[in-house]
Amino acid sequence: MNVDYIVKVLVAAVALLWSGGSQAQGFAGLGQGGEGFPLPQPDPTFMFPADHGAHPDYRIEWWYLTAALTGEDGRDYGVQWTLFRSALTPDGPQVWMGHFGLTTPDEHLSGERLARDGIAQAGVRADPFRAWIDEWSLEGDTFDSLSLRAATPTAGYDLSFEAKGPLVFHGENGFSVKSASGQASYYYSQPFYDVSGTLQLPDGPIPVTGQGWLDREWSSQPLEEDQEGWDWFSIHLEDGHRLMAFQLRGGAPFTYASWIAPDGTLTPYYGDDVVLTPLATETVAGRDVPVRWQLVLPSQRLDLTVGAVNAQSWQPTIFPYWEGPVRVTGSHVGRGYLEMTGYE
Amino acid sequence: MLLKVRNVEKSFQTADGPQPVLRGISLDLAAGETLALTGESGSGKSTLLHLIAGLDTPDAGQIEIDGHEIGTLSDKRRAALRRERVGLIFQQFNLIPSLNVADNLTFHARLAGRTANAAALAESLGLLDHLTRYPEQLSGGQQQRVAIGRAMAMGPGLILADEPTGNLDEATADAMIAVLSEAVRVTGAGLLMVTHSERLARAMDRRLHLAAGRLKSPAESATPVRIVQ
Amino acid sequence: MKRTALTALLSHWRRHKLQAVTLVVGLALATGLWTGVQAINAQARLSYDEAAATLTRDDLPRLTGPITLADFSRARVDGWSVTPFIEANIPGTDLRLLGIDPFSSPPGGGVPNLSGAGDLTAFLSGDLVYAAPDLAATAPGLLPSIQPLDDLAPGRVVSDVAAALAILERDNLDALLVLPGREGVTPLTELIPGTRLQPPRAEDDLGRLTDSFHLNLTAFGLLSFAVGLFIVQAAIGLAFEQRRPLFRTMRALGVPGRTLITLVAAELAIITLIAGTVGVLLGYGVAAALLPGVAATLGGLYGASVAGGLTLSPIWWLWGFVMAGLGALLAGGQSLWALSKMPVLAAAMPRAWLRARRVSLRRLGFAGLGLLGASAILLWTGSGLLIGFAGLGALLIGAALLLPPIFAWLLDRGTALSRSPLGQWLWADTRQQLPGLSLALMALLLALATNIGVGTMVGSFRATFVGWLDQRLAAELYLTARDASQAAALRAYLEPRTEAVLPILATEAQVAGLPGDIFAQPDHDTFRDNWPLIAALPDAWDRLASGDGALLNEQTARREDIWPGQRVNLGEVGEVEVLGVYSDYGNPRGQAILTLSLFTSLFPEIPERRYAIRVDPSQLEALRDDIATRFDLPPDGIVDQAGIKSFSLQVFERTFAVTAALNILTLGVAAFALWASLTTLGTMRLPQVAPVWAMGLTRGRLAAMELLRAALLAGLTALLAVPLGVALAWTLLAVINVQAFGWRLPLLAQPVDWLILSAFALVAAILAALTPALRLWRMPPARLVQVFSHER
Repeated sequence: MNVDYIVKVLVAAVALLWSGGSQAQGFAGLGQGGEGFPLPQPDPTFMFPADHGAHPDYRIEWWYLTAALTGEDGRDYGVQWTLFRSALTPDGPQVWMGHFGLTTPDEHLSGERLARDGIAQAGVRADPFRAWIDEWSLEGDTFDSLSLRAATPTAGYDLSFEAKGPLVFHGENGFSVKSASGQASYYYSQPFYDVSGTLQLPDGPIPVTGQGWLDREWSSQPLEEDQEGWDWFSIHLEDGHRLMAFQLRGGAPFTYASWIAPDGTLTPYYGDDVVLTPLATETVAGRDVPVRWQLVLPSQRLDLTVGAVNAQSWQPTIFPYWEGPVRVTGSHVGRGYLEMTGYE
Repeated sequence: MLLKVRNVEKSFQTADGPQPVLRGISLDLAAGETLALTGESGSGKSTLLHLIAGLDTPDAGQIEIDGHEIGTLSDKRRAALRRERVGLIFQQFNLIPSLNVADNLTFHARLAGRTANAAALAESLGLLDHLTRYPEQLSGGQQQRVAIGRAMAMGPGLILADEPTGNLDEATADAMIAVLSEAVRVTGAGLLMVTHSERLARAMDRRLHLAAGRLKSPAESATPVRIVQ
Repeated sequence: MKRTALTALLSHWRRHKLQAVTLVVGLALATGLWTGVQAINAQARLSYDEAAATLTRDDLPRLTGPITLADFSRARVDGWSVTPFIEANIPGTDLRLLGIDPFSSPPGGGVPNLSGAGDLTAFLSGDLVYAAPDLAATAPGLLPSIQPLDDLAPGRVVSDVAAALAILERDNLDALLVLPGREGVTPLTELIPGTRLQPPRAEDDLGRLTDSFHLNLTAFGLLSFAVGLFIVQAAIGLAFEQRRPLFRTMRALGVPGRTLITLVAAELAIITLIAGTVGVLLGYGVAAALLPGVAATLGGLYGASVAGGLTLSPIWWLWGFVMAGLGALLAGGQSLWALSKMPVLAAAMPRAWLRARRVSLRRLGFAGLGLLGASAILLWTGSGLLIGFAGLGALLIGAALLLPPIFAWLLDRGTALSRSPLGQWLWADTRQQLPGLSLALMALLLALATNIGVGTMVGSFRATFVGWLDQRLAAELYLTARDASQAAALRAYLEPRTEAVLPILATEAQVAGLPGDIFAQPDHDTFRDNWPLIAALPDAWDRLASGDGALLNEQTARREDIWPGQRVNLGEVGEVEVLGVYSDYGNPRGQAILTLSLFTSLFPEIPERRYAIRVDPSQLEALRDDIATRFDLPPDGIVDQAGIKSFSLQVFERTFAVTAALNILTLGVAAFALWASLTTLGTMRLPQVAPVWAMGLTRGRLAAMELLRAALLAGLTALLAVPLGVALAWTLLAVINVQAFGWRLPLLAQPVDWLILSAFALVAAILAALTPALRLWRMPPARLVQVFSHER
């Protein structure tokens, strides 16, 4: 009947919202105009802990947590938890969306929640930090010590995150350019989390440890209209370095990488200084998705092969994408997370 | 004069244009007189009979019954004339299938507003045993007797019979003609009978032969032969 | 050979175009009405099924009580999968507003390719609501912009839950629906104090009630189908008789009998295909035209939500053809059978056929009487809705079968008694035509009787219902307070200003072992004078007031066969004596009434929140306004008697609008059948009319007699239809209604309606006879003369 249909219609509208009108673009893809929304400006000054909280003036924002884990059984696991905020109009309603991802070498479990703003069903409080939607929450006294709890009817996790290093600011001190014509976002990360806790799998609980990465990003108009989607890597190398790299595909492709020393010193690389090459694709949810990559950063003599732990790490959410843990080999060894959007 | 026909012409529309059937027919019939009209199939004898009965109208010429020129009468008056003056007898009897013999016999008379004694009629026609039967339960000869009785019962001035014995065997036909002739004698009506049977024609007072749309008086018709049972 | 033979067979239809049209139209009408009704049923069922996946679903547990959006949020954060829900009438309109939360309602399967984020913004901001297209066209000013949605039930508006709260000017949700899949940490009733968790509402009620409605529709569909088949049967039978010589000639020329049967069957198949196509299209049209009414009915009467748009499965279309085929086979089977039995040299005599029919009158009479007897036995001794409908069917068909023998007898009497030759001929000739017309007349009889029966039922229902409303809604004003403290304030304010303040208390309870309600009633003349008791002990009111028994609603009394003087089990209350039984139309649940003092001692925890107010009608308006300004009552908190009555009557009118439409359609089909039969007979009857014309009756007179004959037949049919219709109405009121709804209504004669319908039948018959009569009137004499010069 009708109501069901209306819900579908509205949910479709939500999908459209996150994809910016073109299913090909990433969540950040508010390709068409951010009229009335403020735009990120260069040389930002961040205020903490306030900036860990929400910036409702901006059109879109997220708290994006990933963790590459190893179980007591020696197997690789991956955990993703994301809270998105979207403002529909500058003064109008805001919508929250939570994503749950739990990847094992042979299974990918996912979940999704939506909520309106203004009734405390979802939100982010900066101090003490708490980000939540329904009963899913990421919280802690400080940003350096967080606990994550979320579950779906089939799976769940209860993990604690302890930061072993400082926050890092991408691009130019946290002003992250996303295209040649200057679209940009505010973007910082906490890439030094040690993670421990328990995964609830359909077969039972399993204790895990590993490394986590939390991205904070907000903006109003980050993508070019002709940009199709993006590939994003976050990597923990065994030597203590961290690497974040992304490329925006289509139109005029845009590539960027942050090389992060163990002490948190960040070196940005743009364009040809970063080379991302798909090595192998697999059919995932009916489309060809590259699940093995070559990642080269010549100035750091870095030549990595990045391979998915589970090639079928597909998030079948309203706005679907690929998101899963990866293993890194080549000039360096490590692990991390890969996110790919816009593959049709 | 009971019936006066003058210069009657009639054509039928066919695929090849109008086809003349009657090309100037004139004849007279007096009360109490019997007249046979013979001719080949399609010679127009039935057409002439229908015109005289007022069932159809001529293209030209006049037909008078009892001095009424029927061409000038309205449909209604023509119907009244038929109802009150003309007894019709058809080859296929054309009884009312939904009425029994008694009601069929008196039907026309009662239409004309006259009374008729069905039993008496039936007796004279040898139908007394069949009064409550329905037409479809009668033989052809019996049906035609009912038809004759129906025509007689209304006391017609003019009886028009169209091949009244066409569907009957010879013996039955002879019997029928005897009944008819007796009826004419009793009522004093004029009888015009269309037939293609020379034998029956000879039983009439007078004969006319219709060929190519014109009337001829055959020589042998001079001597009428009465068939009396 | 086959092709040549089939061409010869089909050439008949080219020469008898009217017959071909009759056959195809008859079959198409039969198929169309049947498939149309089926489409309505299918759509409604589809809607019920889909409703299971939506918010209005009754199969979910729900949390009720004072719940705000903040409470909803707390329940979500606690881990409960709940979704907020509001359903209420928009004040001052009969629009049903449904408030939903698009984020927490479970989305269905595929996501349609749709609109922009702009709609979502507007929806969440309360600037956009969804409604059926009819409402979108006549948007009242009180709603923001309306997005039409085809498959939304008429009169229904869907908005965001927050927007709904704003439109209704309230703070509280109706309920939280508890979705399966996960549970929170804290029990919901602890999390949100003052709430109550209700188990899923039994889907039974809705299913049972709507089932009976659909059974009703199906019965109508079948009736229409039967009426249509009468036409088809007549046309096929006639074509068969007219082609007897052709069959004989073809057999003589060497076409094997088996081949001939195959060919006639193939011919039927071709006709089926054509008629089936027309029929399903027609059915679609009928369904599309009637569905909004049906949706409104189901929505108004049962609260069932049915989409206003049609979505039909291929199976449905296929069924249309199957029905057309079945119909053709049913109507043509007899002819095929006769063909297979026909010897090569059978006399090609249609007359013989007619005579054979006459013999079968006796058999028809016996069959008809047998069916009437069976119907009487079923209706008097049987129980159950299906038995009721079976009895109804037997009654209708039995009466239809009796029509030819009764008419034959009447017309024979008429012939015998008639004095004038023309009168006699009229009766006798009508009698002669009876075999050819009886199928059409039977169809007319059924259609008329159905109209009379249903009309009488609706009329009786209406009169009783209005009277009942007047009795039941004796108080001028009905008030509902938000809570006990407001109720107390309200009562204190009202008592000096009104004639009486009568509290209304109720609780859910087992009534005779089934879920139901117990109401409290203060001892007051309002009830003593007005309450609609259909059976009572002599001192019922005094004993009720002293707490010595209960009143029981009619549904329960009939279902459980418990009447005054007997005892009924009222769950926690225990066994009590039934002092009286009152009519309680429109309520599927069991209900009992206790006196107020007994009720409050038994259920002290139930707070007083509702009142019936007796007040001088001239002061009503002022009092209303004063209450509205003084007290912040909930939006449905003030209802006056007139408002309830008009709403109830509106629901009532809608309920029967569809029935009325189907009625008219059926009558139209019957009129068509009569027209087709008369027109066909008109050409065949020339040999019977021509001699009468030759004997001096004008064509105008004969044509007038044709009309008179049609009027005579229709008049006789109407004469038979009245008692049959009354029998039908009695069955509907006293058997079907009791089985379907649990209440019985007195039968009130509607003689004016019957006269109007009889007049309609006469007019329809005269209209039907107009074509053949005109044709006779205008017929060139040459055509009539041909009858006499026809060479055999």
